[in-house]
Amino acid sequence: MSEKKKAGLKELSPIDVYKLLPKTNCKECGEDNCMAFATKIVNREINIDQCPPLLKKENEKAYNQLREMLKPAVKEVIVGVGDKATKLGGKLVMYRHEFTYTNPTAIAIDVTDEMTEQEVINRIKRIENYSFEYIGYTLKLDMIAVRSTSGDAEKFKATVKKVAETTNLPMILCALNPNVLEAGLMAVPNARPLLYAANAENWKDMAELALMYNCPLVVSAPNDLTTLFSLAKTMMAYGVTDLVLDPGTFTNEGLPDTINNFTMLRRAACKGGEELAGFPLMGVPMVAWVDRGETAEDLIKWRESYLASMLLVRYADVLVMHGADGWSLLPTTVLRQNIYTDPRKPVAVAPGLKVFGTPDENSPVFFTSNFALTYYTVASDIESNKLNAYLIVVETEGSAIDSGVAGRKLTAERVADAIKASGIESKVKHRKIIIPGKASRISGEIEELSGWKVQVGPRDSSGIPKYLQEKWQP
Amino acid sequence: MIQLPQDGDKKKEDEGLKLSSDLLEALAKFQQIELQDFEMDVKELEIIFEPGMAGQIMPKIKLPGIAGGKPTAMLQTAFVPPVETYPNKITEVKLGATRSEGGTRGRSLIIGGETSPAFYNFERPTTHKPVITLDVFDMEVPLSKAVKMHVKDVVGDPAAWAKLAVDKFDADMVTIHLISIDPLLKDATPKDAVKTVEKVLQAVDVPLVIGGCGDPVKDADVFEAICEAFPGERFLISSITRDMDVERCAKYVKKNGHIALSFTPMDLNLARELNRRLYDFMGREDIVMDLTTAALGYGLDYAFTNMERARIGGLMGDVELAHPMSSGTTNAWAAREAWLKMSAEWEPRELRGPLWEVTTALTLLLTGVDLFMMMHPAAVKTLKDVTNYLTSGKKADASKFAEWVSVKA
Repeated sequence: MSEKKKAGLKELSPIDVYKLLPKTNCKECGEDNCMAFATKIVNREINIDQCPPLLKKENEKAYNQLREMLKPAVKEVIVGVGDKATKLGGKLVMYRHEFTYTNPTAIAIDVTDEMTEQEVINRIKRIENYSFEYIGYTLKLDMIAVRSTSGDAEKFKATVKKVAETTNLPMILCALNPNVLEAGLMAVPNARPLLYAANAENWKDMAELALMYNCPLVVSAPNDLTTLFSLAKTMMAYGVTDLVLDPGTFTNEGLPDTINNFTMLRRAACKGGEELAGFPLMGVPMVAWVDRGETAEDLIKWRESYLASMLLVRYADVLVMHGADGWSLLPTTVLRQNIYTDPRKPVAVAPGLKVFGTPDENSPVFFTSNFALTYYTVASDIESNKLNAYLIVVETEGSAIDSGVAGRKLTAERVADAIKASGIESKVKHRKIIIPGKASRISGEIEELSGWKVQVGPRDSSGIPKYLQEKWQP
Repeated sequence: MIQLPQDGDKKKEDEGLKLSSDLLEALAKFQQIELQDFEMDVKELEIIFEPGMAGQIMPKIKLPGIAGGKPTAMLQTAFVPPVETYPNKITEVKLGATRSEGGTRGRSLIIGGETSPAFYNFERPTTHKPVITLDVFDMEVPLSKAVKMHVKDVVGDPAAWAKLAVDKFDADMVTIHLISIDPLLKDATPKDAVKTVEKVLQAVDVPLVIGGCGDPVKDADVFEAICEAFPGERFLISSITRDMDVERCAKYVKKNGHIALSFTPMDLNLARELNRRLYDFMGREDIVMDLTTAALGYGLDYAFTNMERARIGGLMGDVELAHPMSSGTTNAWAAREAWLKMSAEWEPRELRGPLWEVTTALTLLLTGVDLFMMMHPAAVKTLKDVTNYLTSGKKADASKFAEWVSVKA
């Protein structure tokens, strides 16, 4: 874009950082020299606090200059305490290709103060037990949003207390009445929950609560960014500096405003250096449940899920959701993992022979493509089932199996060459290769060119264990 | 280029949850669907109220004074929308042709023409709404259960399938995938393919996408026969790839008044290079590009970033990338999570599958994709709804938003 950048990453070079370092090459940080340390700083692989000399009194000025220079466009706000404390925001860039996004969007699921104690406990267990293994990552949910639906301070307090006893996940306390909110806070005075929310009416009381209990605070102004900015400015002047911005989330006809507001705020922060926009953004897909009339529950969950995914792409740093079904949360949590990976991660893995477990001369031999996602999926299926096997990774220019076969990136020639180059012929005494089911079209050609007997395996690697049990004979 | 979806476990098709027989209708008509849900048993629990409101017993702590004092009234400031201008615009491409335009379609559709990133409506309104084309296959192919239930009566009859896509599923366009021409499958002749296209052309009056089998030599022959048999229809020829005889293909596409879908595998340099080769034979307004769509969970991150970069690059003056973008969103079904029967907490897959396609589509919608090649009717409906909303120019009703805090959902 043509936008000017304040402390944009592109402009920040290792030299800029190096100039402010002690330049003694003392290696106390673990790096070979100060320039190597500076390079890691610029790549956000190391923190300036890991340079002991820089923390000395005489270097205070340089330290502060560096801090300012490295400050993210979106402030990092911490919710909760202890192991499960969650960092929101801290974003360095607007677009994913500019730099890896920091701090994956936190997902909070609600409980209410009108649920029975058992309902609250069951729901929290459900949230804590949400877990999905995905190519070596475990996808989890992050927070509990406690809503005051009763409007009763004591009920809210009791529920917050119960939540705190049940889980150490960080909380968002949601009540627009400051008295109710404070009752909740009294149950967890040192837990640093995120407070929802200061608006144009209650801001003064909310600011006092945020200060008194040292909590981050959401400022909320639905579809009114001028008021949102005014609130943020007022809070800063009040001394509340850990803010989260809620510009409102709207379904259906409200989608254009929703997307506009999130996009404008993030651009103002990242490209315009606008301090008042430089806070984490809260999205509330849960609004799909407001005023739903006769709409079927599954349709609401469907809508809530896709709204969450759209907000996740368009800069939300924290999301509040009500639907807690696996089918509706899975796409959003997988998308989050995808969007928050390093954009420089290669599409392809190195071709060659991979060894799993402790295979012997009778162990099965598979091949797969060198598209990273295909490889990791197959590898994780072999690994998690503790199989002893050889896997030949064939160069397919980063194509998956089916598109590789269709686009002639995965050919019998390449498979035959890969078998030869892998050295597998000296490792097993059989000559049988199990090929992906999706490559069955080239099975004849592979046999012809490689001289190996082809066994067509399952179309999806999740079927490998069963396949081996039923079909594998060395 | 799309990959064929696959069947989960065929044998277990009749098992599982008792869903309404037509999920799409259920979704569309907001009927209550019977599903096992997670609602817990509501037990009555008596809560003993302590006397006195919390507000009266709360500790009041004196805070240290802040320089200048705490504000007593809200400080006012303004928000200025960060509006930008861009040196370039995305080329407009017209798909299909009416009789007066030299074809036989009921209407033609224009995609592209954007002058801002996708849905930056605070800058400029969207020029042309994204278009959805539905997949139709010319022979039986493996389909996931969630998809098959909607098309089982028309599999093997591309004309009927196309009609269903347009009449019932509201497709803007239809893609006829000529799978049977694959030399490794049925090796149908170019003449057979022309006949299939003719049937589809008769059955529906929307613009068509012509899909090949992925074999660079066979596709080139078949595309040539089709381009020449139906001149002036402005078919989107899906696709022209680097390993084809690009010069030959570009010439017959151009000569017969069709459009090239320039397909490259997730690499913007290759996309630029292929587009440059096409420019020697055809105008920019005759090219749509496909930068490869990977499924959610299986490389969607690469597709997302590639497309976002391409669109921003195009607007910033990289003319070789300033083409409308097409996405083979059907590839979402290549993800096992879209079709696999999983343990109970992730079911039903009848909802998870189409939502997988929706999530893939919406992620790419926000990068600027102009043409979606899709599969599941419920996913199509949602994408249509969302694009209609996003381009409606309507304002949000902010008055009800705060109710989410207290709603008894």
